[in-house]
Amino acid sequence: MENKLYTITIFSENTVGLLNQVTIIFTRRGMNIETLSVSPSALEGIHKFTVTTFADQDLIEKVVKQIDKKVDIIKAYYNTNEDLIFQEIALYKVSTEKLLSLGSIEDIIRRYNARILDLTETWTVLEKTGHYDETQALFKELSEKIGVLQFIRSGRVAINKSKVERLSDMLASIEEKITKKHKDVI
Amino acid sequence: MKEMINNETPYITGSKALLESLINEGVDTIFGYPGGQAIPIYDKLYDYKDKLNHVLVRHEQGATHAAQGYARVSGKVGVTLVTSGPGMSNTITGIADAMMDSTPIVVIAGQVPCSLLGTDAFQEIDVIGITQAITKWSYQIRTADEIAWAVARAFYIASTGRPGPVVLDFPKNAQVELVNYKPEKVDHIRSYIPVPDINLKNIEAAADFINSSTKPLALIGQGVILGKAEEELKAFIKKTGIPVASTVLGLSAIASNEEQFVGMIGMHGNIAPNIKTNEADLIIAIGMRFDDRVTGDLNKYAKQAKVIHFDIDPSELNKNVKVDVPVLGDAKETLAKITELVAENSHKEWRDSFNTYWERENEAVINKELYPTSGPLKMGEVVNKVSEATGNNAVLVTDVGQNQMMGVRYFKYNQTRSVVTSGGLGTMGFGLPAAIGAKYGAPDRTICLFVGDGGLQMSIQELGTIMQSDIDVKIILLNNDYLGMVRQWQELFFNERYSETTMINPDFVKIAQAYNIASRSVDKREDLDDAIEEMLNTKGAYLLEAKVIQKGLVYPMVPAGAGITEILLNGE
Repeated sequence: MENKLYTITIFSENTVGLLNQVTIIFTRRGMNIETLSVSPSALEGIHKFTVTTFADQDLIEKVVKQIDKKVDIIKAYYNTNEDLIFQEIALYKVSTEKLLSLGSIEDIIRRYNARILDLTETWTVLEKTGHYDETQALFKELSEKIGVLQFIRSGRVAINKSKVERLSDMLASIEEKITKKHKDVI
Repeated sequence: MKEMINNETPYITGSKALLESLINEGVDTIFGYPGGQAIPIYDKLYDYKDKLNHVLVRHEQGATHAAQGYARVSGKVGVTLVTSGPGMSNTITGIADAMMDSTPIVVIAGQVPCSLLGTDAFQEIDVIGITQAITKWSYQIRTADEIAWAVARAFYIASTGRPGPVVLDFPKNAQVELVNYKPEKVDHIRSYIPVPDINLKNIEAAADFINSSTKPLALIGQGVILGKAEEELKAFIKKTGIPVASTVLGLSAIASNEEQFVGMIGMHGNIAPNIKTNEADLIIAIGMRFDDRVTGDLNKYAKQAKVIHFDIDPSELNKNVKVDVPVLGDAKETLAKITELVAENSHKEWRDSFNTYWERENEAVINKELYPTSGPLKMGEVVNKVSEATGNNAVLVTDVGQNQMMGVRYFKYNQTRSVVTSGGLGTMGFGLPAAIGAKYGAPDRTICLFVGDGGLQMSIQELGTIMQSDIDVKIILLNNDYLGMVRQWQELFFNERYSETTMINPDFVKIAQAYNIASRSVDKREDLDDAIEEMLNTKGAYLLEAKVIQKGLVYPMVPAGAGITEILLNGE
């Protein structure tokens, strides 16, 4: 089967040590995590991991099931790029003197839809958000023309194309079951 | 620190809260070993002698295996209590073993105070970091307030759904802090679904497959036992007439003499169910996980068959073998539901077709192993005689290696939960402590441990536990002065280059005597019955050393990586 980039979205309780529980599943299978980001989700008290990795369909299904199996993981999903709206953010530090030597800073800012975050006599920090190819293209151009002093790209953040968090229905169903269970006991 | 007891606000130490919480979970037996960072717990345990029976093992690994043995025969959660650092790290093999074999145990480990965590303090190890990969859940109790909740959660997680090991790391400050203790009970966790919902459509689809099958074969695993689904399995196979084979861990879910039981599958399983797996038009896997020792080469495994897989764990479905109909859920429920939908059948002709292979195996292997008339004692012969002498009512505990395969091949069972063996991890040294735990888990049953000379010496110090706690286990040492299973591979696949598998052994009878354990050594066939009788009639522990054929081999054998029909029947 063909290897492609998958985005795994993991909803979890906010407990200590979960990142390790997630990453060891990749380590065990000798898989590289391409990017990773973690933040609170729209659902109160629930955290969201966004992990990208190269795998084939068979493997990604198995990995997601293993992640889902962890006690403090509420639900894990995998997606292809088509299912998602996603972004990465990149920061570029370049020499101000060399940047000015380009002639028109405006041109590069407009073409890449980048912006200046910080500007000193010695260095300038540019910011760009976008897909990997877009942030990489700016990196390539700056590297070739004036050199890049420092560069960092974030992990992917993504939301899916459904109206609300897919977890919402599942959570409602869980709450309903728990309530019913307790009523039955009473 | 003095406890302040007040009727309205019972402030007690964390250590006492731990013991109260264990009692609240129904714990009556703990296997453990004290040490510096667990002294407050052990101090409190001194006051609980009438409620909590502590079995002092000789090595922490033994404590985990004993807890496993206890859990496997009793169906309850086994409990281990150890100290920090090396005490805890010594339990790792037992925890990993429990994870592989879905055994519910809770391991509680002392830890350095929270103020010292992360400082490389004396006897500090990163328990959570180390155990997360081999536990169902591991948690550090950092304050005494968390104890009631954490213990309740630990037992709920360990025992529900697909069971498994849980670790509680318990820093010393939490052991001595005072807490306003109230017992807790956990009956749900939002992020944890122990038993998935049943999908009736899939059950109907599975029933259709079963009803239209002419050569169905059921393969059962430990999931049947863990799900307490033995009666439901019996009703299902009685109605459908389907032949049933078992994995090693599924053994005893169905009685050995049950008419539809067609034997054990896998590397050293019986040839009939192995070969028939590749002739069946339908494989019905129930609570088993298609381990590589069962399937052999997956590219040659049951390619002709449709596959229905009953399992409680979604991650098992399609993991190794592609499934046509997954049936998620608790086997007790799903089997009951499908039995309502399937048609009555006998499949007599199909079942009778297994007999040819049984005859072949009897002639080529079994009769020679069980009923030799000359030469040294054989391993299977000893197993068979012990099983018969117990009326097939004993619990079989094995170590790992040839003794294990001979044990599971030739011991017979009348009731469920009669097999305790290290299936997934294959841990040498498992047997002796597991037998100790099994006795506490089933005090009224005879516990027969089969162990090799190699495996016994990996946990031989537990003879001290047997002596101190007067534990009635029957130890049958199959001594061939070799690491027999490795030697077998060396003979068959490595040109008889016996690299480091010869053992110069001690006098095991004298060792047993030193531990005040009755013992006897036999090497003659004519003495065997008498020795077994003496062992079974002796009150308390007994070590029977059977000096068996040195170069005995376990057959049949499917070589690693071969297809399951590529069976070696003997060395000829």
